[in-house]
Amino acid sequence: MTSNTESSYTTIGHDVPRVDARAKATGAVIYAGDMKLPGMLYGRILRSPYAHARIKRIDTKLAKALPGVHTVLIGEDVLDINPYYGHAIKDRPLIAIDKVRFVGEPVVAVAAESPAIADEALTLIDVDYEELPLAVTLDAALADGAPRLHITELLKSGLFHGLGEMKPQPGNVCYHHAFARGDSDDLFASADIVVEGDYIFPAIFQYAMEPHTLIAQWGANMDEIHIWSSCQHPFLVRAEIADLFGLPVGSVRISVPYLGGGFGSKSYTKMEPITTALARKAKRPVRIANSVDEAMVTTRRHGMKAWVRTAARSDGTLLAREVRAWFDTGAYADNGPRVVATGADAAPGPYRWQAVKVDAWGVYTNTSPAGSYRAFGATHLQWCGESQVDEIGRRCGLDAIQMREKNLLTPGEYVRPGGKPLDADLIGDIRLVAKNLGWDTPKPANVGRGVSVGLLAAGAHPVSTAFARMEADGHVTLYVSSTEVGQGARTVFSQIVAEELGMSVDHVKVIGGDTQITPYDRSTGASRSTTLAGLAVQRAARELRAQVLEIAARVFDLPETAFDIREGQVWHEGESKSFPELIRVHFGMVGGELMGRGEVRPEKGSGSYAEGPVFWEVCIGGIEIEVDRETGKLTIRKAASVADVGRALNPRMVEAQEMGGIMQGLGNAIYEEMIYDDTGQLINSTLFDYHIPTFEDLPDAFASTIVENEDGPGPYGAKGIGEGSLAGATAAVVTALADLGITINELPVTPERVWRAMNRTTD
Amino acid sequence: MANETVATGQRTQLKMTVNGKPVDVEIESREMLLDVVRDRLGLTGAKRSCDLQVCGVCTLLVDGIPVSSCCTLAYEADGKSVETVEGLARFGDLHPIQQSFIDKGALQCGFCTSGMMLATKALLAENPHPTVDEIKHGLAGNICRCTGYWNIIEAVEESARRLATENGGGE
Repeated sequence: MTSNTESSYTTIGHDVPRVDARAKATGAVIYAGDMKLPGMLYGRILRSPYAHARIKRIDTKLAKALPGVHTVLIGEDVLDINPYYGHAIKDRPLIAIDKVRFVGEPVVAVAAESPAIADEALTLIDVDYEELPLAVTLDAALADGAPRLHITELLKSGLFHGLGEMKPQPGNVCYHHAFARGDSDDLFASADIVVEGDYIFPAIFQYAMEPHTLIAQWGANMDEIHIWSSCQHPFLVRAEIADLFGLPVGSVRISVPYLGGGFGSKSYTKMEPITTALARKAKRPVRIANSVDEAMVTTRRHGMKAWVRTAARSDGTLLAREVRAWFDTGAYADNGPRVVATGADAAPGPYRWQAVKVDAWGVYTNTSPAGSYRAFGATHLQWCGESQVDEIGRRCGLDAIQMREKNLLTPGEYVRPGGKPLDADLIGDIRLVAKNLGWDTPKPANVGRGVSVGLLAAGAHPVSTAFARMEADGHVTLYVSSTEVGQGARTVFSQIVAEELGMSVDHVKVIGGDTQITPYDRSTGASRSTTLAGLAVQRAARELRAQVLEIAARVFDLPETAFDIREGQVWHEGESKSFPELIRVHFGMVGGELMGRGEVRPEKGSGSYAEGPVFWEVCIGGIEIEVDRETGKLTIRKAASVADVGRALNPRMVEAQEMGGIMQGLGNAIYEEMIYDDTGQLINSTLFDYHIPTFEDLPDAFASTIVENEDGPGPYGAKGIGEGSLAGATAAVVTALADLGITINELPVTPERVWRAMNRTTD
Repeated sequence: MANETVATGQRTQLKMTVNGKPVDVEIESREMLLDVVRDRLGLTGAKRSCDLQVCGVCTLLVDGIPVSSCCTLAYEADGKSVETVEGLARFGDLHPIQQSFIDKGALQCGFCTSGMMLATKALLAENPHPTVDEIKHGLAGNICRCTGYWNIIEAVEESARRLATENGGGE
């Protein structure tokens, strides 16, 4: 990987090793599943075998009688509170009440002295169901007279949708996001070229290797809750738990250990409500650890179907695009509305349109709930629009790079009215991807090349805070709530503090993710941690720096501007005082400490979705692919990317995000699909049947470039890149196949689909 | 209380060495090696994920052979030598494989790391100088969802170099 700028920073821009590397390499790092509390019970969940059914009777007598079983929880046990939650739409009971809406919905929870006893107890529970008519697919759910999953007119908005007024929708629609500008009817009627297609994107499992794991413990007076949870957004979980159980937010404490991956699967509230309710009834701490098949039905990526058409002039000028997309959010909305909005935003692609018209719907079906997964929205729709851009290019004799040079937005142009103007050099980026891919070099037979570029509305709501505490020994303890999910947030935050205070990274300790200790951070997702929490960390460190300088000014009797800070010392013309010396002077004894605070909030307006995003994340990729014409088998010869990151605070970790994102993008494009049968059963619910890319699926080569235009809103001009390479790679697989004349309208591109597409083409 | 509850079948005495130390514990016959190591011995470096011998996060070495401990009955390790990630470092000094994983940025969330390093140890014991293809094949039973694998391959190559140096300048 290469970088295009030199940096004058001492720590920023350097490949500082991860601060958690040693603990992780020795097995010493503690994840939620490694913890035990005194008196802790083990929770297990009996899940619905039916996709839509009325619960007629639950008999738990035998289970309760089993020695070692402590508590059995059913829907009736939570009727003393309002048991419905959902950060977007409060549509979900924390345990099934009267009805189940997907295979895998929790019906009974058991807490026992050991996992084995809890497992045995589940086998002793008898539930009578009355099956109800099903709507397993989008088509079934959208059909006239389809069975309804919810009375949508009665549902209330959740605490954190951020999407303005959410009007109740008819039928099985949970959310509709639409926008239009320009006269697209007219442009389509008069265009030289119109390309149109229907597309299908599958449901996908995020597969964080650590399934959702948590422990809930109520206080002795049952008026406070402590939850240790593998969650990405502790403050949003805290608010939902407080709301559900009727407590002040300060009485709910969420502590976040290290996470074994997240990728969106641990965003928002997942297993916390049922675990908290079980612990409430048990009056003892309870741990629930999902298995992988349980994690699969806890959250997934939305499946989608879409219709897209694009109008252009015969010289390749893009004119207008229309998109209709339906997102399968499963039985409960989870983050569906946000996924729908982000998908709608990404649907036109970053081009200079005279008109666009986008309608996107979130649709309930009798399948497991869908929420966030890395690069949601962009991954869903980028491949559709980008294959149409290439098709138009082929018809007017322009290659993929020429089409994009001609039509891409340039910095400062509006992506959508009212939102943030484009803050990236996309034409420069696409040229670099082409270069990394060897665009102009000859291609062997059966080898195709494709690129793709898109934008993702990133950053979520811009609120983050951090505290930096300079201890008496001059070291800094940093309190910041971003979840260390593997991305390296704690390392980057340590670098920022070290840079601002002229000290060693080793002298910074990051305390993370405990809502009673670390200050508010909106969430860990949407590529926001370096950009927004990082900015809060930088401001906290600068406040500390100002305090140190103020003390130095008093000690030396000089203005604050007379000093230099480096190597943990404050310098004036060859004389220096260390941080501990200054702290001693300030407090008059060996104790005492300084405290800096950093806050990030919307600079103007409310920080709503419409006013955003915080930044446009660049989703770009290039793929060189080889197709076996007889079998349809694909070989990825090369994956190329550009990390348009504004400023790479830690280039090695930027590269790691790119490589990891590309590999997931290849999984999304080629291998991964959750398959439900007609009765709503997930039929590939294990890793035997659901293929996660392995070493043997690696591309033959990988080339990436970091672009540092310092055009991000984060510290030192940084902006996030955690997601873009996934969407870029997925779409580039499709455009590379189109380069070989193989038109793909449904993912994943299994050998069978490739073979069918080839034989359709040549027939 | 747990012991007086469910009739959980036979109990048996398990004797093995773990990271060189003798262990003698009474277990339920049906217990998996992973649970014995994590819950009874408190060695939590090995993890559980797929529970099906696909993902590799539970990998332990039994007499030097990598096994998926989530699906290995603990009594199968009776009389054998078990190695976990906690046994790699000696007296605070990291094993060359651990140092290589750190230096090459071969870990992110860390959940797969202990299994990945133990699988690497077994691979290099059998094949001290593997090619890239041999590394890919040798570690295909260990999934990493974060890194995209490239840095792990580099770490394995680096481990091979360091072990060769340690063993007297290469074979």
